[in-house]
Amino acid sequence: MTTVMERPRAARGTASTAREFVTLTVANQLCGIPVLTVRDILGVQQVTRVPLAPPEVAGSLNLRGRIVTAIDLRRRLGLPAPEASAKPMSVVVETAGEFYSLLVDQVGEVLALDDEAREANPPTLDSRWRSVSLGVYRLQGQLMVVLDVDKLLDIGVDLKG
Amino acid sequence: MDDLLKDFLTETAEAIAELDTALIRLEQSPDDAQTLALIFRLVHTIKGTCGFLGLSRLEKVAHASENVLGKFRDGTMTVTTGAISVVLGSIDRIKTIVHDLEQHGQEVAADDSDIIDALNRIYNGEDVDAPAAVAAAPAEEEELPPEPAATEAPAVEAKAEILPPAGPARDAGRDGTDTLAASKQSIRVGVDVLEDLMTLVSELVLARNQLLQLSRTHENNPFEVPLQRLSHITSDLQDGVMKTRMQPIGNAWSKFPRLVRDIAHEIGKKIDLQMIGAETELDRQVLELIKDPLTHMVRNSVDHGIEKPEDRRAAGKSETGRLVLNAFHEGGHIIIQISDDGRGLNTARIRQKAVAQGLAGEAEVAAMAESDVHQFIWRAGFSTAAAVTSVSGRGVGMDVVKTNIEKIGGTIELRSVEGQGTTFTIKIPLTLAIVAALVVQAGAERFAIPQISVVELVRAGGASEAAIERINETPVLRLRDRLLPLVDLRNLLGLPSETDQASGDFIIVCKVGVQTFGLIVDRVFDTEEIVVKPVAPILRHITLFSGNTILGDGSVIMILDPNGIARAVGIGTGTGAEREALNGTTSESVVETDKTALLLFRAGGSEPKAVPLGLVARLEEYPIEAIENANGSPVMQYRGKLMPLVPIDGGMVGSPGAENGGRTRQPVLVFNDAERSMGLLVDEILDVVEDRLRVELNTHRPGFLGTATIAGRATEVIDITYWLRLAYPDWFARKESEVGQGQKRVLVLDDSAFFRQLLPPVLTTANYAVTVVDSAAAALKLREAGEMFDAIVSDIEMPEMDGIAFAAEVRRAGSWSSLPLIALTSRVSEADIARGRAAGFSDYVAKFDRDAVLAALAQVLSATEMETL
Repeated sequence: MTTVMERPRAARGTASTAREFVTLTVANQLCGIPVLTVRDILGVQQVTRVPLAPPEVAGSLNLRGRIVTAIDLRRRLGLPAPEASAKPMSVVVETAGEFYSLLVDQVGEVLALDDEAREANPPTLDSRWRSVSLGVYRLQGQLMVVLDVDKLLDIGVDLKG
Repeated sequence: MDDLLKDFLTETAEAIAELDTALIRLEQSPDDAQTLALIFRLVHTIKGTCGFLGLSRLEKVAHASENVLGKFRDGTMTVTTGAISVVLGSIDRIKTIVHDLEQHGQEVAADDSDIIDALNRIYNGEDVDAPAAVAAAPAEEEELPPEPAATEAPAVEAKAEILPPAGPARDAGRDGTDTLAASKQSIRVGVDVLEDLMTLVSELVLARNQLLQLSRTHENNPFEVPLQRLSHITSDLQDGVMKTRMQPIGNAWSKFPRLVRDIAHEIGKKIDLQMIGAETELDRQVLELIKDPLTHMVRNSVDHGIEKPEDRRAAGKSETGRLVLNAFHEGGHIIIQISDDGRGLNTARIRQKAVAQGLAGEAEVAAMAESDVHQFIWRAGFSTAAAVTSVSGRGVGMDVVKTNIEKIGGTIELRSVEGQGTTFTIKIPLTLAIVAALVVQAGAERFAIPQISVVELVRAGGASEAAIERINETPVLRLRDRLLPLVDLRNLLGLPSETDQASGDFIIVCKVGVQTFGLIVDRVFDTEEIVVKPVAPILRHITLFSGNTILGDGSVIMILDPNGIARAVGIGTGTGAEREALNGTTSESVVETDKTALLLFRAGGSEPKAVPLGLVARLEEYPIEAIENANGSPVMQYRGKLMPLVPIDGGMVGSPGAENGGRTRQPVLVFNDAERSMGLLVDEILDVVEDRLRVELNTHRPGFLGTATIAGRATEVIDITYWLRLAYPDWFARKESEVGQGQKRVLVLDDSAFFRQLLPPVLTTANYAVTVVDSAAAALKLREAGEMFDAIVSDIEMPEMDGIAFAAEVRRAGSWSSLPLIALTSRVSEADIARGRAAGFSDYVAKFDRDAVLAALAQVLSATEMETL
C-alpha cells in the first residue's frame, strides 16, 4: 500500500477567504474536494467486488486494516469506463464516521483558492453533475468543479440503513 | 458528575437488581433469615450512602422501606404478599430516582409521600392484609413512631428509633466490606474500553494471520521463531480479552423473578421460577442481544404457557406451574432452555389458524406431523392466544424472537406436548467477535461462509458419484436418498462465469434452522478465523451478506449469510413463488420425515404431474415400435401378455413423429395387480421427489385429484383409479363381484379424502374387499350394525377420535376386539410405534408404502388364520 501524499497540514496561513482543495481528474475533467474531508490518497488498490451492490460501488478495499467501500467516480458521474490499462487512484474521504474511497483517474495537488474565483454552477450543467457540484472555480487555463462528497455518496441507498 | 456519585450509581444499580430477586425469594420463603438480612443490608447501604451524598429524597424512601424490612427481620411482622408488593414499589421508586440522578446528576424534586405513607402504614400495622395486621399487633409493644405524624416526620423519627436494630445491620455492613476486601482484585472498567480492546485484538489477530501467511512462503525465514511466539502471545491475548467480556447469563435473568411474579399476580397464576446454570458465561454482546428475546419468551410462557391454578387442578397438575430456565455450555455454544409444564401448544388451533391465514391448505395441515404444525408459530403475525392480554397475544413476537436469535448465528427449536408443556431450546455461539469461516469461490470472487451453518461439503461432478441434476432448470442433488435443493451462488449473486462450465463442482451443505440446502460454488479454500465487521451503510441493504472481513492475505472478503440466502430463495418461508426469479429452489425441506415419495412426470403440457410412487409397479421405457394397435387402442407385449396402454392428456402414442419431438423411446408407468398390468403413457419421467402432499381437491377434470405444490411447483396429481378403469373397466368391479371365495374384508379408516381415494385401488388389486369410512365414529357405527371384517387399516391423525383412541375403543370390547389393526401414518418414529402398539395396533405402516401395507395385511391375516386353526 503506497501513500502517495501525506495529508497536508491545516491551512498554511492563507487568507480567510481562501479554501484548500485536493484536485483530481476524472475523464479529463478537473475536480476538487475540500481538503479537510480527505483522509488519504492511495495508489492502485486491490478492490474486492461486492455482488448485488449498486453499480457505482466498485467494491471494498483494505485501508490498513479498515474496510473501505470504493465508489467508481466515473460511473457515479455517468462517464464512460476507463481504458483497461488505466490505474485508478483512491481518494479516501470520511462522511458520517464511515470511510469511502473515490476511484479517480488521477490525483493532482492541493490548491488554496480564493472565494472570488468561485462561481455558481452554470444552469446548463448536466443534471447529474449539477447534483454533486458545489460550484466551479476559474483557474488558469481550466475550470475546477467542486464535488460535494455527501451528495456523491448518496447513491439512492438509505445511508442510515 | 463527580466520581463518588458515579460509583454510587453503579453500586446502587447492582444492589437494586439483587434486591428484586431477593425480595421475591423472601416472599416465597418468609422465614429465610439470610435473605432477609441481605435485603436489609442492601437497603441500609443505599440509605446510608445517600445520606452521605446528601440525596434526601432517595434517603427518605430507602429509610421508610428499611423500617418495614427491619420489622420483618426482627420477626415482629409477618412477610405478606401485600407488604412485599409495597416494598417492591419502593424499590421501583428508588430506581426512578436513581435513573433521574443518572440523567441530571442530581435529584429531581418530586413527591414521594405516597409510597412513604404506604410503607409507614405497613410499619404501623395498618392497611395491610389480614395476617400482617395480626402479626403487627405484638409489634405495638415496641416503641412505634407516633401515628398522627406528618408525612416527613415519621421518617425522621423512625430513623432515630430504628437505630438500635441497626446494630446488626452495621455488622452486616462490615460483612459487606469484608466481601469487598475479598474482591479487591477486581476493578471496574468501562465497557467501551473493553470494546476497543477487543477491536484492537481482532485487528492484531488479522495482522498476525497476514504475517504468518507471508512467512509460510519463505523457507528458513529468520522471522519464523519470533513469529511463532508472536502468534502464541496473540492467541493468549485474544483469549484473555475475550474472558473480560464474558458475563454470567444470570445477568440477563436477574429481572425474571420480578417479571414472572408481577405478571403471575396480575393474571392470577401461581408460578415457580427455577433458574439453573445462571453462572454460565457468554460474551456480553451476545448477552445483550438475547435479553429481549428471552424476556419475550418468559412472558409468553407465563402468560399463555402455564394455566390458571383452577385449570391446572382440573388437569390433575399441581396448582403452581413450573417455569425452568436452564443454561449450559455445549461445544462452542451456549444452550438455553426455557421450559414450562403448562398446557403446551394447541395443535388443533394452530392448524385452524394456519388454514385461516392461508398459510397452508386444509389437507396439508391435516397431513402434517404435530412438530411441523408447531413451526407455524414462528411466522410473522401468528398468535394463537385467544385473547389479547396486556402481556402477549398480539401476534408480534415469536417471529421476532426467531429472527433476532438467527441474526446472531443462533438457532431456536421447540418441543411441545399438549397438556404437558413446552420447551424452547436456544443455541447460540459464545462470541460473535471471531468466527471460523470457510472460504469459497464463485465466479472470480471469494466469499466466506460461517462454519456454524456448514454441515458438510460435497464434491459433485468429475469422478465423484454425486451429480447435480436439474428439474426444469432448478438444480438439485441426491444426497443419501434425499433430494437437496441447491442454490447456485454464481446465479444468485449475478456473477459471470469464469469458465464455460455450467455449474460449480462443490456443494456446501448449509443448515438454517430445520432447513437444509446446498450452495453450488466453484472452489473451496481453507477455513479461516475471521473477525466479522459490519458492511458499510451503503451496502447494508444486501441481505445476502452478514458482514465483511480482511483475510490473512490482506484482501477484503464478503461474508455470506446463509439465513439471508435461504430467505432470498424462499427456502423455509413456504412461499417461494415471489422469489422464483432468483432461480432458487423452493422445496420446503429435505430433512423432514412426513414426506411422500412422488413420481413427477410430464404428459401433455409442460407443467409436471405427480403420482405417489408407492402405487407404481415399475417404470419402463420401450422403443416406440413396440407399441401396437389392437381394436384402435394401443397395447404392448409385456411379460408374455398384452398390456393395454393409456395415454394421459394426449401423451403420445404411435409412431415417431413431429409431435413427440422425434423421440424413439416411450416412457411407461406400469401398474399391476396379481395377473393384470396396464401402462400409462407419459411424455417424460422427470424425477422422484419427497414432498408433502398438499392436494387441494378442487379439480373437476376426470382423471385428476387436484393440484398440489410439489418441489415448489404447481403439480397435478393424477387419480389412478380413473386411468385403471380406462384400461380395464372392470378393474375394480371384477373384484367387487367376487366377494366371498376366501377374499378378506378390510375396513379402511381415514379422514383425508385424498387417502381414501388412493388406498382402495391398492387393496382391491391385491384381492381384498375394501370398505372405506371417513371417521372413527362411522367405523364404530358399522361395528354396532354388526358388520364384520378380517382386518382394519386406520389412520392415526384424525379429528375428534384419533387412531389411538379408536384402537383403544376397538380393543376394549365388542365383536372387533380381536381383529388385526394396522396403523397407517405419515410419520413413523420409534415413539409413535410404541404409542400405537400400546393402544392395541398390531402393526404400524407408513402411508403410501404400498408394499408395506400389503405385506402388513398379509402378515396379520395369516397370523390370525394360524390362531384360528
